[in-house]
Amino acid sequence: MSVGTTLGGEKTGAERRRPGGKNRDDRPAADASRTKGQTLWIVGTIVIVAYAMFPVLWIASLSFKPAADVGDGRLIPQTFSLDNYRDIFTSGEFVRPLINSIGISLITTLIAVVVAAFAAYAIARLEFPGKTILLSGALAIAMFPPVSIIGPLFNIWRTIGLYDTWPGLILPYMTFALPLAIWTLTAFFREIPYDLEEAAQVDGATPFQAFRQVIMPLALPGIFTAAIIVFIFCWNDFLFAISLTSTDNARTVPAATAFFTASSNFINPTGQIAAAAIVVTVPIIIMVLVFQRRIVAGLTAGAVKG
Amino acid sequence: MATTTPGRARPTQPGPDGGNGKGKPAMTDRARAERALGLKLAAPAAIIMLLVTAYPILYAFYLSLFRYDLRTPEMNEFVGLSNYALILTSGVWWQSVLATTIITVVSVALELVIGLAFALVMHRAIFGRRTVRTSILIPYGIITVIAAFAFRFAVSPDTGFLPGDLNPLGNSIGSFATIIITEVWKTTPFMSLLLLAGLATVPEEMQEAAKVDGATAWQRLWKVTLPNMKAAILVALLFRTLDAFRIFDTVFVQTAGANNTQTISGVGYNTLVSRVNLGLGSAVSMLLFLMIILIAFLFVKGFKTNLGTVKGK
Repeated sequence: MSVGTTLGGEKTGAERRRPGGKNRDDRPAADASRTKGQTLWIVGTIVIVAYAMFPVLWIASLSFKPAADVGDGRLIPQTFSLDNYRDIFTSGEFVRPLINSIGISLITTLIAVVVAAFAAYAIARLEFPGKTILLSGALAIAMFPPVSIIGPLFNIWRTIGLYDTWPGLILPYMTFALPLAIWTLTAFFREIPYDLEEAAQVDGATPFQAFRQVIMPLALPGIFTAAIIVFIFCWNDFLFAISLTSTDNARTVPAATAFFTASSNFINPTGQIAAAAIVVTVPIIIMVLVFQRRIVAGLTAGAVKG
Repeated sequence: MATTTPGRARPTQPGPDGGNGKGKPAMTDRARAERALGLKLAAPAAIIMLLVTAYPILYAFYLSLFRYDLRTPEMNEFVGLSNYALILTSGVWWQSVLATTIITVVSVALELVIGLAFALVMHRAIFGRRTVRTSILIPYGIITVIAAFAFRFAVSPDTGFLPGDLNPLGNSIGSFATIIITEVWKTTPFMSLLLLAGLATVPEEMQEAAKVDGATAWQRLWKVTLPNMKAAILVALLFRTLDAFRIFDTVFVQTAGANNTQTISGVGYNTLVSRVNLGLGSAVSMLLFLMIILIAFLFVKGFKTNLGTVKGK
């Protein structure tokens, strides 16, 4: 990794940040080292994009290959086929888990973000005993291993009838969803200028009115960001999903994919898994493309400023 | 970093900076209302977190003291710490500790180096900044299980592109390499975004001054950039180490623990869910829990000393 050499061109980047630096010809043909540095940054950019895209392209390619071509080792399929997609949407092994994944993730996100918004506002703005404990406790909970609680949950859920149900997954998802949302939202609330609430309070608003009428509208982008990040985490969960479900009743896509059986008994389910992977990945990629800036802000806000 | 509170004086402590009107010695009606509201707003989150984590953790500890096997419920009995003794003397356990440690150390180290390189590119890139930041988020958004399948398919002889009969997942070194590459691919973006945020806090004037003094780019990286982003590096390392140490998904999909790659979470899952031995499995998960706490404790300690020296200068 040639970090040292590439650093040579860094000032160029900072100084000459302009939209689309393709027309470099209009620049005084002065120093070659700058151009060289710039080329290195461009190469770096291309490397990163290739790095991020490669496995996705490979699995996309597999998903379009007919069963006979799965082993041909080519990145570009020889023949494009939508058979795998047709299979997963007709076999029922995928559709129900997809519905479960969407439903469970959305409900978890909604509950977590609403509950966390109240707590985060209190932490960022109000004085009350125990708020430091709440914030560090949330961080500790976010870090603890999910395998630590699947045993008890497995036992309790079977007794009280939550095993293999939506609430049976939504509750344990709160263990990571709530801390994540609290941290992200606290960071966002702290960025909202305090003067605004002061003004509202001077005008005679109660703290709750200040929260609802002044803070909430300003915090909406932050709340939205927290929701996206929490949703991605719920969407990603695997351990809870395979431990606390046994049928299509609540099994989510990651768990279902791991237990896929081929619709035909003679081939392995590679193509179907690949198609399922693309179906659950494309919406996330679109979301990431659209909300890139917010996600970056949300991911780093809590960690660095705290 | 976890324990900072906003820089406002507490209502009960009279402070010189009582500019917000909050620094009065006696608790005013306003402060009392604020306190009540704060507790009310925070209560639901606190209660839910206690309910879904503290209670199961305590219950797991309780179960870990019993012989508690769902296949032989009539034989369940209190056995004290003997589950722990059984685990700590078992080869499977230590093998999983070794595998987890190898995966954690190697992947976090690689992520730090690659993540730093990516952060530098993102910090300085002029062309395609948006493209690069967006594409780096793709691995982050992809389900871990899917990423694990993508790499498994890519290296398997029957679905991949490797030449000949090369089958990395058929041997131990290849299996570890595949798992680590998958982990690195999936989580480096998170690391690099944290590092990028740290890079943004390094004062540009210091870079300039070092440049004027004739420091090479390499010297500037080591003497100016990295020392100034120590906090960001430590936070990123802490988050990623704790996360990597509980690795489960990738191993489950790629090797299912074969070739000595079984991790601690994997052993816990097998004991708890596949063999429904809740007593023994709970002891495994308690041990993992303690190890995570220990790692976090060591990091926070290192963190404090480091920040202390930085501030002391």
